[in-house]
Amino acid sequence: MPSLEIEALLDEEIIVINIGLPMFARNLDELGIKVIEVDWSPPASGDSELAHLLSRLGT
Amino acid sequence: MDLIEKANDEGLRRMLAADPVLVDVVPAAKAIAALDDKRILLHAGPPIDWERMCGPMRGAVAGAAVFEGWVASLGDAEELAASGNMVLHPNHHFDAVGPMTGITTASMPVMVVENRAFGNCAYCTINEGLGKVMRFGGNDAEVIKRLRWLRDVLGPVMGVALRDTGGIALKGLVARGLAMGDEMHQRNVACSGLLLRALAPSLARTAADTSALAEVLAFIGGNDQFFLNIAMAMGKAMMDPVRNIDGCTVVTAMSRNGTDFGIRVSASGDDWFTAPVEMPQGLYFPGFSEADANPDMGDSTIVETIGLGGFAMGAAPAVAGFVGAGAASEAAGYTKMMAEITLRQNPEWTIPAMDYIGVPTGIDIRLVVDTGIAPTINTGIAHKEPGIGQVGAGIVRAPMKCFEDAVRAFAKSIGVA
Repeated sequence: MPSLEIEALLDEEIIVINIGLPMFARNLDELGIKVIEVDWSPPASGDSELAHLLSRLGT
Repeated sequence: MDLIEKANDEGLRRMLAADPVLVDVVPAAKAIAALDDKRILLHAGPPIDWERMCGPMRGAVAGAAVFEGWVASLGDAEELAASGNMVLHPNHHFDAVGPMTGITTASMPVMVVENRAFGNCAYCTINEGLGKVMRFGGNDAEVIKRLRWLRDVLGPVMGVALRDTGGIALKGLVARGLAMGDEMHQRNVACSGLLLRALAPSLARTAADTSALAEVLAFIGGNDQFFLNIAMAMGKAMMDPVRNIDGCTVVTAMSRNGTDFGIRVSASGDDWFTAPVEMPQGLYFPGFSEADANPDMGDSTIVETIGLGGFAMGAAPAVAGFVGAGAASEAAGYTKMMAEITLRQNPEWTIPAMDYIGVPTGIDIRLVVDTGIAPTINTGIAHKEPGIGQVGAGIVRAPMKCFEDAVRAFAKSIGVA
């Protein structure tokens, strides 16, 4: 059962913030839903060894 | 990490405290003693031998050997280079920089920029203009004739005039150029004009031969990119004092030789981190296409290293169209993106059209790798065959591998694994 807050939220206009694959934003956009797309990618382009080093180096 | 933050603060302090002043023009051998020896030639980019050199750089090497009188013909020059009896070194190893092929030899005049805050000097040859020129691999009689005129007329006349001025301070001049639409890599119209305005009284006062003076004024006034080589020497003079700071992750040089792209990082001193150079994406002059283009080349990326060029694209929307980077309104986007990989804004070099934000300054190898955003470089495009010259202009990205290797080496050097 969804909570009352969630139900109330869905009764109003939805604006989605999309972080990740642009395809998700495109699908929502095609349905007429407002989408704000965040240009994000995983640290070090997903290279876990470099991401680990960078975390140790203070980024 | 405290060590890195303090070291980077010091690196940025040195960059921002720099006081670059154009003080002289002298024969390269007078500025760089090593060139006094026979058959030593400096080139753009990280170290490279003759066998791996691209076409335009080979063309320029051959032309320079003829210019210096080491050999009588281009064919002889190629044989000399292939025999190993010509010594090739990067400009960067001798306090110098050079655009595109970047060839510097003993008798070529170099402009001298003194960083008066730190007492070091940097050198760059004089911009030859557009078309068939040695920096794009040109090497025929027309190219050699112009180089002789630069050596015998423009260099000495400009040197005397500069000494008469007591030096032309460059920081303020560049600040004005940014406000007038220059980014100092592919657009130097404003700064070339401002320089000539500052130099003209001394040129008039010191030139003994008025017909030579008229030629010099026409040459400088007719070359929109004349200031590029001065901006490059300025960049080198600003960045050299930032080298060798323990724990500093700031990039001190980016450079390409047409085969490899190389970067240097403060903490790792004179080491180069290299990767295959990429092909610029851009616009071509009529009659040429990407099929004619040589991969990216030149020491001119020193201007991006100090926050100009592609980093200051927002100051020069006209350049965005010239280099094929999209609409003028997109220019600011490049500057904002470069802010993601730099540590500060330069408060003395601001961009009026972007609410006076300072140009993005201090490329941090950690930020480049973390964000996956490679430095944007505005560049000229040379024909891949020697002797033809410039065929277009465009944008190129620094290869990410250089920065990844630099991060790994830096982490190892401070015991982080």
